[in-house]
Amino acid sequence: MANTSDIAKGAIEPGCAKVDPILIADNVTRSFGGNKAVDVAHLEIPRGKITALIGPNGAGKTTLFNLLTGFDKPNTGTWTFEGKQLAGIAPHRVARWGMVRTFQLTKALSLLTVIDNMRLGAQDNPGESFFKSFVRPLWAKKEQEITERADVLLKRFKLDAKREDYAAALSGGQRKLLEMARALMSDPKLVMLDEPMAGVNPALTQSLLDHIKGLKETGTTVLFVEHDMHMVRHISDWVVVMAEGKIVAEGPPDVVMKNPAVIDAYLGAHANDDLGTVSIDTVKEGN
Amino acid sequence: MDFAQIFSLTAGELFGVFTAAYALCALGLAMHFGYTGLLNFGQAAFAALGAYGYAFATLNLHWNMWGSFAFGIICSAVFALIMGIPTLRLRADYLAIVTIAAAQALYYAFGTSQFAWATGGSNGLSQFGTDFYSYNPIPEGRYDLGIVTLSEKEIWVRIVAWGLVAIVAVLLVVLTRSPWGRTLKGIREDEDAVRSLGKNVFVYKMQSLVLGGVIGSLGGMIFVLSSQTNQASTWVSNFTFMTWTVLLLGGAATILGPIVGSAVFFMFLMLTQTVLEGLVNIGALPFLSIAQVGQIRYLLVGLFLMLLVIFRPQGFFGNKKEMQFNG
Repeated sequence: MANTSDIAKGAIEPGCAKVDPILIADNVTRSFGGNKAVDVAHLEIPRGKITALIGPNGAGKTTLFNLLTGFDKPNTGTWTFEGKQLAGIAPHRVARWGMVRTFQLTKALSLLTVIDNMRLGAQDNPGESFFKSFVRPLWAKKEQEITERADVLLKRFKLDAKREDYAAALSGGQRKLLEMARALMSDPKLVMLDEPMAGVNPALTQSLLDHIKGLKETGTTVLFVEHDMHMVRHISDWVVVMAEGKIVAEGPPDVVMKNPAVIDAYLGAHANDDLGTVSIDTVKEGN
Repeated sequence: MDFAQIFSLTAGELFGVFTAAYALCALGLAMHFGYTGLLNFGQAAFAALGAYGYAFATLNLHWNMWGSFAFGIICSAVFALIMGIPTLRLRADYLAIVTIAAAQALYYAFGTSQFAWATGGSNGLSQFGTDFYSYNPIPEGRYDLGIVTLSEKEIWVRIVAWGLVAIVAVLLVVLTRSPWGRTLKGIREDEDAVRSLGKNVFVYKMQSLVLGGVIGSLGGMIFVLSSQTNQASTWVSNFTFMTWTVLLLGGAATILGPIVGSAVFFMFLMLTQTVLEGLVNIGALPFLSIAQVGQIRYLLVGLFLMLLVIFRPQGFFGNKKEMQFNG
C-alpha cells in the first residue's frame, strides 16, 4: 500500500491536488436531458498509481470515461493529460497520446484472430497507411517487431495457445484479458479499464489482478472502474468515489471505505455486508 | 431443343463482358461490405458515374481513352466523398439510406431532358468507344474460339474487361492482407474499439468507400464500352441488387467470390433463359409465352438466392465463421 503522503498534496478531500498528477480535469459536466450525469468540479489522477473509480450504478463513472477519452462530448469542461489540453480531441488522437481505454462491454474484434487483434493495438505501423500498404518492404520489419511484442504480451496473459483462434472463440474472461493486452500494445501512459472484472471467471481473477499490479511496476498509470470492493481495497493506491455525477470522496482505500459520505452514497444499507465476489483469500494470495 | 446452342450460350457467359462488369462492381462492394462493413446500396450510381464520366469526357470534352477513363474514375471518387462526409461518422444504416437515395436521384438526373446536353437524356449517349477500339491489335474478322464465335471488337473488350478484373483482384488481395486491410476488418467488427486503439476510423472508411466506388465505376465503363451505348435505364436499383446477389453468391469477404459469383449468376440466367425458351418452343410449357421467360428467370434467381441464404449463408467461398449475411 502506498503511503498517502506521496499521492495527495495537502488535505485529502474530494478534488484534492496531487503531488504528480497525470490527468487534471476541471468543471466537466454532461447532461442527458435534464439529468446531469457528470458534474465533476475538479479531479486529479496521480501518475504511476492505481486509482479506482467507484460509485453506485448511474453515478456517471462510464460517462466520465467516455468524456475523458473523447467518445462523448461534454457540455462544459477542460482537462489536460500530461499537461496537454485534451478537451474536444477525437478519440483516436487521445489514444495516440498514450491514454488508452477498454470498454465495460468487451469489444474484442470477434472475427479477427487473437494475434490480429493484438497487432491492431500497435501504433505507427506504416502498413496501416493506404498507399504504403501496397509495398510490403515498407512495413514488413515493423510488422515483425509488432508481432514479436504481441507474442510476449499474449504469453504474459496466457493467451498464446489461442493465438490463431478467432476472438469470438474466447470465453468472456479471456476476451477481457485480450482487450487489456491489446490496449497495452501501444505502451500507453495511462490505461483506463472499465470494469475489468465484470463477468470474469473467478479462476482468471487472480491473473487479471496480477496484470493490473504488474502495469504499475512498468510505470503505467491505471484508472479503473470497479464494483468489486475486495479488488478495489487490495490493488488500488487511491480511490475516487462518485455519486450522482459528482466526486463525493477520495483517499486511500481503507480510509475511503470508512468515510460516512461513501457509506451513505454507495454502501448504504449494505455497509456491513460483504460486497466482494472475489474471495478475500484470492486477493490476499496475490499480495 | 438445340442443346449445343444452350451449351455455347451458357458457356459464353463464363467470360462475357457483363460477367466481368458485374464482377468489378461486386468486387467494389466486397471492399465496402465484406471488408469494411459499409452498407452501400447505390453501387449502380458509382457504375453509372464511371460510364457517364467516360462517355461525357469523350463526346463533350473530346478527350482520348486515357483521359476519359481518368474522368470516369474521378467522378465516382468525388461522389464517394460527397456521400461519405456526412454519413461515415454515423451508424452504418445511414450510409445505406443515403446511397440508395442518391443512386435513385442520379438515375432520374441522368434520364431527364434537362441535362440532355451532357447525358443525352432518355436517349443516352452512344459511339464513344472509337478511341478505345483503336487500340485493338486484333485484325478485323470473326474468330471461332471453340465455344463461341466472336468479332475482333468483342474479343478486345473481353480482354480489357478480364484484364481489369485480374488487376483489381490482385490489388485487393494485397490490400486486404496488409495491416491496412486488417484495420478495415477491425472497423467492420467494432469501430469504437478500433478508435480506442488510435486509428482514424473516418479516414479508413472514406478510403474504402472511394476505392470500392472507383472499382464499381470501372465495371460501369466496361459495361457501356462493349456496346458503345449508355442509357439511364441501365442504372436502376436492379443493377445494384444484382450486384449484391453476385457478391453474396460468391462470398462477401472474399476476392474470388464476386468473380465466380458473377460467372455463376450470368450462366444461370442464360441457362434458364435458353432452356425455358426451348421448352416453350417445343410446346412443353403451354402456359408460358417467350416474352414471359425473361421475367420467370429472375423469379428463379430469387428462389436460388433464398436457397443460398438458407443452406450456404457464407456464399461459395466465404468462411462461415468470418462472414455471413448478418455481416
